[in-house]
Amino acid sequence: MKRGSFGAWLAVALGVIYFLAPLIATFEFSLRLKRGEYSFEAYRLVFASGNFQSSFLYSAILALVTIVLGVMLVAPTAYWVQLRLPRLRALVEFITLLPLVIPAIVLVFGYIRLYDSSSWLPLTGSGFGTDVLLTLGYVALAMPYMYRSIDTGLRAIDVRTLTEAAESQGATWPVILLRVILPNIRSAILSGAFLTFAIVIGEFTFASLLNRPAFGPYLQLVGATRAYEPAALAVMAFAITWACMGLIQVIGQGARGSSAGTR
Amino acid sequence: MTFLQLNNLQKSYGANTVVKQFDLSIERGEFVTFLGPSGCGKTTTLRMVAGFETPSSGEIRIDGRDVTNVSASRRNIGMVFQSYALFPNMTVAGNVGFGLRVANRPAAEIKARVDEMLEMIKLPHLRDRYPYQLSGGQQQRVSLARALAPKPQILLLDEPLSALDARIRVSLREEIRALQIKLGITTIFVTHDQEEALSMSDRVVVMNEGRVDQVGAPFEIYNDPRTRFVASFIGTLNILDGRIVDPATGAVSIDGQDVIAGRGLAGAQAGEARSFALRPEALTLGPGVDGRNVLRGVIAEVAFLGSVVRVRMRLKESVIIVDTFNSSAVKPPALGEPATVSFAREDMIVLAAS
Amino acid sequence: MSSAAAPRPSRRRALSQQLGAWLGVAPFFIFALMFLILPTVDLLIGAFQDHQGAFTFDNIQRLGQPSIVASYWLSIEVSAASALFGALFGLALALAVLRGGLPGWLRPTLMTFSGVASNFAGVPLAFAFIATLGRMGFVTLLLANLFGFNIYAAGFNIFTFTGLTLTYLYFQIPLMILVVTPAIDGIKREWGDAAATLGANQMQYWRMVVLPVLWPSIMGASLLLFANAFGAIATAYALTGPSLNIVPILLYAQIRGDVLHDPNLGYALALGMLLITGVSNLAYILLRSRSERWLK
Repeated sequence: MKRGSFGAWLAVALGVIYFLAPLIATFEFSLRLKRGEYSFEAYRLVFASGNFQSSFLYSAILALVTIVLGVMLVAPTAYWVQLRLPRLRALVEFITLLPLVIPAIVLVFGYIRLYDSSSWLPLTGSGFGTDVLLTLGYVALAMPYMYRSIDTGLRAIDVRTLTEAAESQGATWPVILLRVILPNIRSAILSGAFLTFAIVIGEFTFASLLNRPAFGPYLQLVGATRAYEPAALAVMAFAITWACMGLIQVIGQGARGSSAGTR
Repeated sequence: MTFLQLNNLQKSYGANTVVKQFDLSIERGEFVTFLGPSGCGKTTTLRMVAGFETPSSGEIRIDGRDVTNVSASRRNIGMVFQSYALFPNMTVAGNVGFGLRVANRPAAEIKARVDEMLEMIKLPHLRDRYPYQLSGGQQQRVSLARALAPKPQILLLDEPLSALDARIRVSLREEIRALQIKLGITTIFVTHDQEEALSMSDRVVVMNEGRVDQVGAPFEIYNDPRTRFVASFIGTLNILDGRIVDPATGAVSIDGQDVIAGRGLAGAQAGEARSFALRPEALTLGPGVDGRNVLRGVIAEVAFLGSVVRVRMRLKESVIIVDTFNSSAVKPPALGEPATVSFAREDMIVLAAS
Repeated sequence: MSSAAAPRPSRRRALSQQLGAWLGVAPFFIFALMFLILPTVDLLIGAFQDHQGAFTFDNIQRLGQPSIVASYWLSIEVSAASALFGALFGLALALAVLRGGLPGWLRPTLMTFSGVASNFAGVPLAFAFIATLGRMGFVTLLLANLFGFNIYAAGFNIFTFTGLTLTYLYFQIPLMILVVTPAIDGIKREWGDAAATLGANQMQYWRMVVLPVLWPSIMGASLLLFANAFGAIATAYALTGPSLNIVPILLYAQIRGDVLHDPNLGYALALGMLLITGVSNLAYILLRSRSERWLK
């Protein structure tokens, strides 16, 4: 099978049609707001909408907090497991698989039951408390990807030697983590961060059931009430996802040059 | 009588010619090795014989039949790969019997043949194991059994020992050669390891940059290398630059010292600059005897390797290596001592003008 | 005195290092406990409780209601359909690009696109497919204007089982490609060479070597796709909503209190979901580790 076979070309052609058609269709549909002509009116309306701005901002802020919390949770864990607790590796990896096995809707249902206003940690009792719960839920959802990214990044650098070198200079562990380890896995953290951002921005289930004004429920509401704006939003959502993934690729290629400098 | 004929084979990829004018006749039952550094074209040539690459020009004949354009699956050859290439979804028995199953042989015949092959490689107890449960050496033996089970006309081996431990390499190459002699199968072996090539082959084809530098029996290749490349690729060799003084008498000057060349001066001109080669074991420490050549120098280094004592001696411009057998009665020389080595006139190899 | 005291400081130091490590990973485990394990376990316990908190099998029994059984079946059908076709087309596309002799730049393009598309699910995806195959969708109008073929007149509707399955394929196919690519990469070219020298033609090689080697990975990936579709809700909610009563939609309604306010039944529904996704994922992991062992 050295020359491109007919079947292979056919499969690729069909694949291209199936995957490009919705993108073209959505873009075309989003331009149809003004009857009889193509215009970006739908986009203008969306950007001008107060709800768009506030819900996007809300989700963006939550995404940033999720990223910070996620890194703070995952990085030390991956570090300690690699350095001193290798027997915990299997357990930790099992835990990072849980968000992928437990459907989001089941998880949020569990949150609502466990942390409702009559429980020992009444997070759903207040607006801010629910925001906290939502953020922690996002940390859980993004955890598999953040862990995989950071774990791979840590394995690429010699954690043991770096730690010993820093210790011999008198550094304590917070300093080691912050000043020595973290800067060397910068690209892994950024990859995890962009993936988290993409996940949080588009997330619907948690936000909707916890009744928070996030971007996901906003999208769904627009879809139920407007005709052309949803298409514009879909185009924007796809563009954001592409941008995040594209940045991850770019970072990934840059990393290969920078990690060589750790020796 | 010639069984495998390779005529004027050439292989080019675009502007890059990887194999140039390869001519070789291989007898039935002969064990031939293609030897050379990576990139010399030996594997490409083997793959052309196997049928995986089509020659850009030239022809391949097996037992008189032109197979140049016959596909690999119809040439009736057996092949062993460097990475063993055992099918992971089949047991050892399944792998060994694969060729026969493909040919739709009856089940009883397949079982009998598989048993026979497993006996031959002395691994009948592993017949129900899977490849991932075997060591590298065991996998390679199974690979050999699999290649030989369908009774091919020719056996091809592509660096089969390179992925194995040094210890297993030596025992396995003896096994392969013994098997090949017993079965009498025409074999081509590809390697970059000259020790393998010399110890296993009936003939060695030394290749360099797509060309054949020399073809001959191991003894010939080692003692009578035709080119500087062959001389330096096989074994350790001392290469000294010098000048032809008088081709009629055999007088030459190497590193400023006058010696007599016993052979290899045909067609040489007086005053011509040439390279001369000497095997370390051809040199003897000590004052010369009449009729032998003598070189003077200073002991630079002594390495005690066990059975061999390797001495490095500095001449005016070069350093030469002298190998002597260990003897409990003779102590190795001291560093810095002036010393002489002698060698027979016939032992000096005059290399072709480059 | 100094020689007796020397070993102890280093052992004390080693101990304090270990203690430090345990403290370092504690937050992670506390988080996992509080926001992954406890909520789920609590939910599962709730499935066996009634309104007063007493133990009962009542909720589980009520899962046997025809409407709920129908809902599970529907979910299984949608998930199975999107898993089956996602696996088929994903495998075909992966094989075509990785082994079909096509230009080399297609592979990184496919991998990047699959990485993006497998994350492009939920509400925007539903919008995209409505814009494509809705009554006024781009492709609908294209087919009608160019070929005179009105798919809606022929009975097609994007807001149905078929439409949802078709939409799910947009992230199922890329997921299949991502999961099955390492297995296809593991098919060594020497196997093909070896099979050829042993007399096998292409068909025999594929039938006797490639497909059996890939089979555990294909099965495992299909199960992963199945679990993935089973737990998905956002796309379905935005596309078919309550008109297609798959289990997540049912559960959503229970949580929102749109139907009878009966959280315990909801817990039982969640238990059922978790069992199905849990078993599928377990099977996927077992099959994957088996094929990794083979291809070691």
